[in-house]
Amino acid sequence: MNRQTIFFKNPVAITHTAAIGGPKEGEGPVGKYFDYVLSDDLLKQKSHEHAEIEMQLHVVRCLLNKAKLADIDVDCIFAGDLMDEIIGCNFAMRELDVPFMGLYNACATFGESLILGAAMIDGGFFENAVCSTTSHFATAERQYRFPLELGSQRTPLSQWTVTGAAAVLLENGKNTDCPVRITCGTVGKVVDYGVSDANDMGAVMVPAAMNTLIEHFKDTGRSPDYYDLIATGDLGHAGSRVLQKLMAEKGYELKDNYTDCGILIFNREAQNVIQGGSGACCSTLVFSSYIYNKLRNGTIKKVLLVPTGALLSKTSSLQGETIPAIAHAVSVEVVG
Amino acid sequence: MRLDKEESKKYLKEIRRDMPASKHISTVFRAFLTGGIICCIGQGISDIYKNFLLKGAEEDTIAGLTTLTIILITGILTGLGVYDKIGNFGGAGSIVPITGFANSVVSPAIEHKREGVILGLCSNMFTIAGPVIVFGISASVIVGIIYLFV
Repeated sequence: MNRQTIFFKNPVAITHTAAIGGPKEGEGPVGKYFDYVLSDDLLKQKSHEHAEIEMQLHVVRCLLNKAKLADIDVDCIFAGDLMDEIIGCNFAMRELDVPFMGLYNACATFGESLILGAAMIDGGFFENAVCSTTSHFATAERQYRFPLELGSQRTPLSQWTVTGAAAVLLENGKNTDCPVRITCGTVGKVVDYGVSDANDMGAVMVPAAMNTLIEHFKDTGRSPDYYDLIATGDLGHAGSRVLQKLMAEKGYELKDNYTDCGILIFNREAQNVIQGGSGACCSTLVFSSYIYNKLRNGTIKKVLLVPTGALLSKTSSLQGETIPAIAHAVSVEVVG
Repeated sequence: MRLDKEESKKYLKEIRRDMPASKHISTVFRAFLTGGIICCIGQGISDIYKNFLLKGAEEDTIAGLTTLTIILITGILTGLGVYDKIGNFGGAGSIVPITGFANSVVSPAIEHKREGVILGLCSNMFTIAGPVIVFGISASVIVGIIYLFV
């Protein structure tokens, strides 16, 4: 391991993915790659919180079905969501007979779960693991912003929290011939550039993404051109332009191979999402559907996924704190 | 990792230059239009009371009834999920009239219904409108005291 990057001796395989998207996400450009698209974001539950818990449970079951595994065959689940005390995952796990580690890094949780899962498997402690996140527009709005029915305007820098749940199955590389492998991962630092506007998540998370990307390139000796696709989590349209500009100033030019999952998931013009998607499931959903599909059919071979998270709470914002952010980078490559 | 104050200011300035700003002219126009339409509807309701339903009633009664009617309509529109769309279009034009106040009471009430009547609905009903009520009552008390002595 260099200072922040873990290189896996036996690259860990990502053998299956499952993705469930909400109605709006299903209409978006990557909707056709989802396993299920919900017709109703309440899922016949009595609250949106219950709906999120239900989504999390179903995405894990869907993944296990695809992999033809029973829940007792899974060594561990690494999962997280945005709700207070991560109840989305904690409560969903009541229904499953699987050891569980609950994680929270806001929208960077997926990066954290992939690195932890891969490290545990490569270290020989587990044979397989499930990494998953979920988020829901209605629960996030309620927790971080205003009631849904309040007639307020969205600011020009706001983003739209993704409704969905997605999961991936990691397996020991020796046990499978699946070519999609996690080769290394860069653990991010908490970075705070002094932004306090909770409606400007792009500006909050760009420094964290930049920090992690630069450390990743330094540790691995790779350049941005090494990858077919570099995808940040949810910087949105304006945020990713700023990242490209700042990275170029530091001497790392992110060209056409760079995009952002928040840009990919929605059609900005038609879906009125302003700066694009955000949320814990934004990067997970795009990776598990669109990106994984491209990796499996060989269209792209080297991907750097950089989920980005803003580590604020409503209380911290009200007390005048600035917003710290974190980003983890995970290198997923087609080997052999 | 934190930036010191100077560096942070520089970063924020840099960011502001690249980020899109609010479209003031179009939002002001939409607010004017929405607020104007809401007031016209209010005037219409008031005229209906005055000329048809309550002929010869006092001005105060008619004004009070008009306000109540507008609040009722907003409450129903909020419950039906229409008012948030009006608010999204009209901005301050839909917030400043009494309708905005009604919407800000009804919307958290709907949102918190699931946590029970007392600790959910009742205690969260005024999370947004609460400050307005506090300032309104405080101001009226102060004005009342001044009025008593002047």
